[in-house]
Amino acid sequence: MAERWDAIVVGGGHNGLVCAAYLAKAGKKVLVLERRDVLGGAAVSEEVYPGFTYSVCSYVVSLLRPWIIRDLQLPRFGLSIIPLECAFLPTHEGPGLARWGDAERTRREIARFSAKDAEVYPEFGKTMVQMARFVKPLIDAPAPDPLSLRPGRLAELMRHGQRLRELSQEHQAQLSKMMTMSAADYLDEWFESDVLKAPMSVSGIIGTFLGVRSPGTAYVLLHHYMGEIDGAFRSWGFSKGGTGQVSLSIARAAQHFGAEIRTGVGVEQVRMAGGRATGVVLANGDELDASAVVSGVDPHRTFLGLVGEDHLSEDFVSQIRRYKLRGSSGKVNLAVDRLPVFACRPEGDAHLRGDVAIAPSIEYLERAYDEAKYGDFSKRPYLNVVIPSLVDPSVAPPGKHVISCFVQYAPYNLKEGAHTWPDRREAFGDAVVDTLAEYAPGLKESILHRQVLTPWDLEQEFGLTEGNIFHGELSLEQLAFQRPAAGWAHYKTPVRDLWMCGSGTHPGGGIMGASGALAARAMLGTRAS
Amino acid sequence: MPLPTPFHPRTSALCTSLRWKEWAGYHAVCSYDTCHEPEYMAVRHSAGLLDVTPLYKFDVRGPGATDFLCYVTARNVAKLKIGQVGYGCWCDEDGKVLDDGTVTRWDENDYRVTSADPSFAWLSRHARGFDVAIEDVSEDLAALALQGPTSRAILEDACDGDVGALPFFRAMRARLGGVDIDVTRTGYTGDLGYEVWIPREHALTVYDALTEAGRPHGMLPMGLDALDVCRVEAGFILIGVDYFSARRCLIEAQKSSPFEIGLGWTVHLKRDNFIGRDALLAEKRAGSTWALVGLEIDWEELEHLFDAHGLPPQLPTSAWRTAVPVHTGGQQVGRATSGAWSPLLKQNLALASVESRHSAPGTRLAIEVTVEFERKLVSATVRKPPFFDPERKRSTPASQPSSAGEHS
Repeated sequence: MAERWDAIVVGGGHNGLVCAAYLAKAGKKVLVLERRDVLGGAAVSEEVYPGFTYSVCSYVVSLLRPWIIRDLQLPRFGLSIIPLECAFLPTHEGPGLARWGDAERTRREIARFSAKDAEVYPEFGKTMVQMARFVKPLIDAPAPDPLSLRPGRLAELMRHGQRLRELSQEHQAQLSKMMTMSAADYLDEWFESDVLKAPMSVSGIIGTFLGVRSPGTAYVLLHHYMGEIDGAFRSWGFSKGGTGQVSLSIARAAQHFGAEIRTGVGVEQVRMAGGRATGVVLANGDELDASAVVSGVDPHRTFLGLVGEDHLSEDFVSQIRRYKLRGSSGKVNLAVDRLPVFACRPEGDAHLRGDVAIAPSIEYLERAYDEAKYGDFSKRPYLNVVIPSLVDPSVAPPGKHVISCFVQYAPYNLKEGAHTWPDRREAFGDAVVDTLAEYAPGLKESILHRQVLTPWDLEQEFGLTEGNIFHGELSLEQLAFQRPAAGWAHYKTPVRDLWMCGSGTHPGGGIMGASGALAARAMLGTRAS
Repeated sequence: MPLPTPFHPRTSALCTSLRWKEWAGYHAVCSYDTCHEPEYMAVRHSAGLLDVTPLYKFDVRGPGATDFLCYVTARNVAKLKIGQVGYGCWCDEDGKVLDDGTVTRWDENDYRVTSADPSFAWLSRHARGFDVAIEDVSEDLAALALQGPTSRAILEDACDGDVGALPFFRAMRARLGGVDIDVTRTGYTGDLGYEVWIPREHALTVYDALTEAGRPHGMLPMGLDALDVCRVEAGFILIGVDYFSARRCLIEAQKSSPFEIGLGWTVHLKRDNFIGRDALLAEKRAGSTWALVGLEIDWEELEHLFDAHGLPPQLPTSAWRTAVPVHTGGQQVGRATSGAWSPLLKQNLALASVESRHSAPGTRLAIEVTVEFERKLVSATVRKPPFFDPERKRSTPASQPSSAGEHS
């Protein structure tokens, strides 16, 4: 008789692996199938150029849930996070703005631009931390569902309501502002200095096809302060060996608990029988039997691809079709033979041991969005640049460095069509390098290798539909009980025995692992802690 | 008033935080920047360079050197091969620990002893009857600890001589920046690392050469705050914190035997007389009162205590060393003497002395914590240190891992 699995996880991204690890830990017989030869999905490290390891797509670890780190004993399996020590904004005039862990030093830096902002900055941080306490239980548990009348769901909803009531009236007002306002408008209420507001505002737009003046983008500002309320866990960091090591540590944990992982095995479709998922059909035609199939790929790929519209209701299909993916960002990875020198702050390297934002003003960011709205990439994009080799020498030869540039905007749908991206790829790469070189002269001469990933490439190579890095925009109407579709926000799908565990489910986004873990809990019928 | 070490011209220029403390009569850097965390991260992911000049150093030479060291230390020094380093302790007649340190065997009858406390008078007092010369070279030798995963590459780049092949707890002579130095593969971080012993007058030459070699390997100068977190992760005890030298104790209860502070493995009882032997034999037979253990403090419970006050969990960012009670079943059964949040392991760790019947790994005890000025207890699980023990600590490339290496 053919081998039969309790669960087959489609896609060896970090969420798929987390899900597999939890299922295996609960004693289930689990198989993970990854199409590529390397695990991690978009949380992947690859030696694209000899001696240089790129965190090819996702490049920092933000909100990897502490309870997952503990449950799966990830440090034991190789997870090691190095915190970002600084957030640096280079400018053409003056020394730029560096925000440090050292509050007094940050105050002096901001005061160069606005004495008032310098004082308000810690107040803003305090307010964010207080409100983040309300948001945290939301991302650590299945989405509360106001559409459901099931007692368990109602109780959940009431608990969240209770927490909301515990917030002061002022904080309730702030929260409702954050849910509705744009990042730029919300920050305007606090600060006067553009140089401070611009790099802060971008957290509201990363991975979305929205501008910093688009309503609803303020909410994501909160996520930046989530790490603070995890106590000692810290928020943003590099993974030693690149973000792929996060995935590999999870994979080792999963294997430790008994899961089997196969790479280089593409899944063609979810096999259906009598309206339920009974296994998968591989690209080579082989079929594997399973009592449950878990999809770690995005909702479009899961339902319109692996399952097929024929097996789904028209209403559900149209919901999934309306679910917005529309990628807005690209990635440029550089191998360089020396550390870049930023003209505005040429001495030392402490300010480069975190992230460097090319976001000189709100207007700059909005103009970058304007180009994207009409189907072109930004000639002067927002860049989020990190040099992980500074704090993790294992990713580059001694004295040499890798530079990772997250680039927004790069709309999937170019004016002439997404398929024209390959012709524009190098021009896009040039725009990114040109932009950065305006602040770091000498950069171009130092480049040994360049990898340019457009949204088209993210789709073709990593299976991210329309190049969306979050398996669907993190815009308010696609969050919580509506992610990915109303009524299907709890990892279950309309297909019996088919589950979802990817970033296209609540809470989604970034290397958090919460979607994978919560999916496993839902499958196992256990309550969230 | 503390004195500057020979590296002071460099370390003081780098120490922008002006955070210093006194260590054995010297000025020592706590952290070069306001926060020690980048230095800690450097030790665990690249390398840190620490001034350890304040350690006491003694050269012990002469035909009776081996017999002498066998007599004064609890370790069978005669078993050390030439070029090997041994870690151990020395005790008083009652088998109570006076100090811990290393013994390097440079030649048949040529040793160097390092210690945390001044030990010249004590060594000299017991030298009567041995054909041995003891020289206090504490002030003649400057010392640097180069610790972390890239420390080997840095030393290989900086040194003439095959330092890369030096196994764990071995010693060799080398040249660095034109200076003859001693290199030992030792340290206090529980990581791959070396200590470099330099004639005082050449201290800055070596410091500059190491700084230059370290730059492409991500090396940072490192202070004692970062070291303190590392040593808790590594489960290394500290004199005056986790135990007290019998020499300084006012009452018997303050003294510890090697067995009680996790150093039982360094005590070699099956040999002739050495100081404290009878007492140690008796204790070995009867069992020890105390045991040194690692504690992993439960995070969820701590988080709930803070949550009850509407607060996120807060921990000190530095290692702590104020002893706190450890309980079980409503009874105090010991004290945690130092601890730290491990950013690497994502664990809240402590080293503790507990009654030995509660020292089995896995035992659930409770440790006192203060949350919003209220004393509370949270669960803590007994672990066998070290908490962090990477393979690179003792492995050597292109050779078999040294089986003759050190236990800890």
